[in-house]
Amino acid sequence: MDSVKHLRFDVAIVGAGPAGIAAALTAADSGRNVGLIDDNPAAGGQIWRVAHDSARPSASSIWFDRLNKSAVQIVRGARVFHAAKGELAAESDDCAIQISYGKLILATGARELFLPFPGWTLPNVMGAGGLQALVKSGLDISGKRIVIAGTGPLLLAVAAYARKSGAKVIGICEQTTRSRMARFGLQMMLVPGKAAEALRFAYDLRGIPHWTDCWPVAAFGNRRVESVRISRRGQTSEIECDYLACGFHLILNVELPRMCGCRLRENFVQVDEYQQTSVAGIFCAGEPTGIGGLELALVEGEIAGYAATNWEDRAKHLFAKRARFRKVVRILQDAFPLRPELKNLARPDTLVCRCEDVPHERLCEHASWRAAKLHARCGMGPCQGRVCAPAVEFLFGWQIDAVRPPLFPVRCSSLAAIPSHSAPRI
Amino acid sequence: MSESVSVRVNGNLVAVRAGSTVAVAVLASGATCRASVTGQPRSPLCGMGTCFECRVAINGEPRRRSCQVLCEANMEIETDG
Repeated sequence: MDSVKHLRFDVAIVGAGPAGIAAALTAADSGRNVGLIDDNPAAGGQIWRVAHDSARPSASSIWFDRLNKSAVQIVRGARVFHAAKGELAAESDDCAIQISYGKLILATGARELFLPFPGWTLPNVMGAGGLQALVKSGLDISGKRIVIAGTGPLLLAVAAYARKSGAKVIGICEQTTRSRMARFGLQMMLVPGKAAEALRFAYDLRGIPHWTDCWPVAAFGNRRVESVRISRRGQTSEIECDYLACGFHLILNVELPRMCGCRLRENFVQVDEYQQTSVAGIFCAGEPTGIGGLELALVEGEIAGYAATNWEDRAKHLFAKRARFRKVVRILQDAFPLRPELKNLARPDTLVCRCEDVPHERLCEHASWRAAKLHARCGMGPCQGRVCAPAVEFLFGWQIDAVRPPLFPVRCSSLAAIPSHSAPRI
Repeated sequence: MSESVSVRVNGNLVAVRAGSTVAVAVLASGATCRASVTGQPRSPLCGMGTCFECRVAINGEPRRRSCQVLCEANMEIETDG
């Protein structure tokens, strides 16, 4: 049987992206024993995922320097799969980890929304952020032809990164309308720091077509993607490519907050002005409270870290800063609503659940997520619906039920390591 | 120039830059990661450990998420694709 590691923190933080790092640093200011838990091999989350052969971007290096000098204990490669009052159960590659905490800060971040269309399961059709993550993990895309499709500002960031990595970005297909995109650009210019970022993107992306009212209709290829058919203002055309990077904005990782009993409103974790959730002593910061990007995540993290260590006056000093970046949440919501045409991309035989290979036609027979799970096995595979549940929520309007432990597939020995008083009730 | 690390994917030697994930080595080898339950070839989708499409066997241990594991010298990687 694998060994069991026991950890005890005054403040435990789950998720070592910007919000989690900021929270850990302010919580550690108090001298308390702080643990930062993350399932990746390194801290930084997605946005600060470090390319294997390059220096950290300057914006993040200040934070990493502080983290390295701090007393924060970083627990890497640990997947939290169960939560009970005051306790978390996690597993790493070689052991089970039992964590007990006084206060908990959830900084679980977000993932991409993927929508099914014919051919989306072909190798080399990836998430937009997914492709970027793989390139940062060492994937060589120099000289490769890439089409980037979906919605949201991430597409621009990924296009800029892909070009810098030597790829030929054929075009960016943005499903939102031209007028919404233009309004988004203007509104972001008024957010502190964003004007410079927008200008930098405009420079980095010069010469790359950015098509609005445009989305992927189907991907084609033999064993891997070779071309994509796109719809643009009522016309379809086919583009040859080596990679199709598709992301339809972000989905919040609220599985763990849900399991902790935190109240949600419209899929966002509800928090008070100190970032405290509906559960006393449990805080939430970053994207799960509303998609607002890096700066908002950092300041929310700082507030949560102070509030969790009873430094309310320090937290209060940051309220005005947070309010400035909070505007971004509304701007993003208004700019990138998904158009109804995207609900009709999947054909009857298009797979929706990639783990269990459940086609769209098998879902049409059912009236709810629960029925689709029970009868068609949709969402019953190893990803536990992380990919298909948000898609069917959009396609069918189904309500996605509460989460059940374990949050990830785990080894039996990790389940056995949970003490009986906090074991899941099944 | 950064150092490289060599692993075997389905028996074939593949050299990738040090710090690369196993998913990158699999893609560099030309293989796909897994066969789906109906036998379709699959490769990474999310790149961040949530989609489970990148599962491979590493040193005999099946169903590891290759995008979350760093390459180590002489690793033996087996795919279904």
